[in-house]
Amino acid sequence: MRIEINERPVEATQGETLLTAIRRAGVRVPTLCHMEGLPPTGACRLCVVEVEGQRGLIPSCSYPVYEGMKVRTHSPRAVRARHTIVELLLSNHPDDCLYCVRNGTCELRKLAEELGVHQRRFTGLSRASRVDVSGPALTREPSKCVLCGKCVRVCEEVQGVGAIDFIGRGSATKVGPAFDEALNLSSCVLCGQCVMACPTGALHEQSHVKQVLDALRNPEMMVVVQHAPAVSVTLAEAFGLPPGRDVDGKMVAALRRLGFHRVFDTAFSADLTVMEEASELVHRIQSRGTLPMMTSCSPAWIKFVEEFYPGFTGHLSTCKSPQQMLGAILKSHYAESRGLDPAKIYSVAVMPCTAKKFEAGRPEMIHDGVSDIDAVLTTRELAELIRMHGLDLEALPPEKADDPFGGRSSAGKLFGATGGVMEAAVRTAHYLLTGKEMDVLDAVEFRGLEGIKEARVRVGDLELGLAVASGLGNARALLEQIQGGRSDLHFIEVMSCPGGCIAGGGQIIGVDPGAITARMKALYDIDARSAVRVAHRNEGVRTLYDTFLGEPLGEASHRLLHTHYTPRHVIT
Amino acid sequence: MPTLQVILNEHPHAGRDALIPVLQQVQEAQGFLSRGAITAIGRHLGLPASKVYGVATFYNQFRFQPLGTYHIQVCRGTACHVKGSLGTLESVQRLLAIRPGGTTKDGLFSLETVACLGACGLAPVVCVNGEFFAGMTPEGLRRLLDTFRKRGTAHDPGT
Ligand code: SF4
Ligand code: SF4
Ligand code: FES
Repeated sequence: MRIEINERPVEATQGETLLTAIRRAGVRVPTLCHMEGLPPTGACRLCVVEVEGQRGLIPSCSYPVYEGMKVRTHSPRAVRARHTIVELLLSNHPDDCLYCVRNGTCELRKLAEELGVHQRRFTGLSRASRVDVSGPALTREPSKCVLCGKCVRVCEEVQGVGAIDFIGRGSATKVGPAFDEALNLSSCVLCGQCVMACPTGALHEQSHVKQVLDALRNPEMMVVVQHAPAVSVTLAEAFGLPPGRDVDGKMVAALRRLGFHRVFDTAFSADLTVMEEASELVHRIQSRGTLPMMTSCSPAWIKFVEEFYPGFTGHLSTCKSPQQMLGAILKSHYAESRGLDPAKIYSVAVMPCTAKKFEAGRPEMIHDGVSDIDAVLTTRELAELIRMHGLDLEALPPEKADDPFGGRSSAGKLFGATGGVMEAAVRTAHYLLTGKEMDVLDAVEFRGLEGIKEARVRVGDLELGLAVASGLGNARALLEQIQGGRSDLHFIEVMSCPGGCIAGGGQIIGVDPGAITARMKALYDIDARSAVRVAHRNEGVRTLYDTFLGEPLGEASHRLLHTHYTPRHVIT
Repeated sequence: MPTLQVILNEHPHAGRDALIPVLQQVQEAQGFLSRGAITAIGRHLGLPASKVYGVATFYNQFRFQPLGTYHIQVCRGTACHVKGSLGTLESVQRLLAIRPGGTTKDGLFSLETVACLGACGLAPVVCVNGEFFAGMTPEGLRRLLDTFRKRGTAHDPGT
């Protein structure tokens, strides 16, 4: 069909929204509450335009196109309305922008700038509200909330958690957990997807930057750092470089210049995880253990099961996550073999994740007062540190991570994307069961951004039912199927964030959706180019088994690399 | 009065559409919506507690604390407003240190505002446990509360 936007003809399709057509025509209409892929709510009215024949202004995000429609996106009336909306949003907004974590990435600030709001015409009653620092990973600052509802929607409609909602009405409306309680009593699993959705500084991670700086300045401490597979393919975006650039070597160089004494690669311990997890799967199949086994490297997923499906904790692999496996090895074997006091090692993890901060603080991960991981930095916090130290990432010559935990196979690197743990585990499970490598390593059926991916894969004389859930909403759907009697699955991978760690809650904010695909491609490119593509051929991992661990699932593994789970009582 | 479970059983396989009627029935039966009731309703209807609480707080009719021994309704209708009911309300709030929807810690008083009690001739009017009190100036109100307080200690508050 044909419509007219700003006096130019535009092709449009029946059923699409006016906003979609406007964007395709190369015109930008600002939005605040609009969320790609979810039904519109029309809450903010920023996207209003003038449509000929309509008396009022029309919210383009929730209005369907029709034949012959004539639209003016930037008529004086529409522009004035948007201007006023932003003025009203700012009227009770705190003025501490200079100190805000979203200074630089705030959508409200950007809107004010774009719409030329340079003056405070209205002064609303500022909403005195407590900052909620109760959670081990996230902070809520309700005074900065503009009530766009995006966090509520991600949490309920995408993640299937529903930890937060609107409370009250009128000028007293706010967003918060049930009973207006603190976040730590709610069912929040700390996935951080709400942080990614929030246009302002109302939701953010609990920063560990200061602790890390203190440790780096403490001459008594040996500060070691590990970086997760998804970080190296995302960090560049914080410095204006295009999405999908792998800056692994430059990042290692930057970490050394920040003062870290050792730089290790979490993909190394992801390989270790594959060894343990694939062995566990084989063992469960051969000993008729609890199946389907479910992956355990995504801490928000673990919390989700402990809260909502406590009956399923026996299905979770007992493997610790790669972060915690490396953390445990560092403070035990590594410290011992080098004559170091574990209490004098400060162990930092750079993660694309907010829930990893929570994971590091789980009581199971702390022994005699010594934590396996002392601080977790998100990708964003690492970018902050790099900027703070005046490092030009692009200009740094690449360096290699340190031995003995710096070498990885590309299987470990795949942990960064949805389907990647499955692909890595299948490669090694095949080898463990048959003694042979797979003919084709690429498991394309597990690649891509689809919510649930399934395949039946032949391994020796076994046919395995495998499924991958991307995002907790999809994981819930799969769990419901199993609760309903589905029994054809052996192994399920779950990543809490839709898309996997490349789209984790600790990643760079404010990138377009295409960036996720670019990051994913970067990981598969690394895999395609890699000389070692299976975890069981990682030399460092082999050495670790030969010199210390013995066998996968052996006594040392059991003590250091495996864990257990407990039902959690929260407000659900 | 039906128990929570009886009310929920009256709504088998119900979903979100049933939320408001269920909330109303539970409040009718129990006088308020307790935390336990809200989470149980959520579980029954397949809704998170945050959603049930969110919806319930949107409407003025729901309360989240049990009624006091003396339930005070301050009329905020037009006639009462003109005659100074805002001052009445403010003095109740100050004297009892609660806000509309709240209940004092000792369980003696609870407070609610209503749009119009239909007794405009008595403005500003206050209704306590169904009994009307006319011309409630802040001073008259203070005396009224004292009377109840004396009487209240004779009762067992909060039962
Ligand atoms: S962190 Fe995840 S679970 Fe928690 S409120 Fe945000 S979206 Fe919901
Ligand atoms: S906290 Fe952020 S995402 Fe949630 S409603 Fe407020 S402004 Fe929107
Ligand atoms: S973006 Fe259309 S109403 Fe908010």
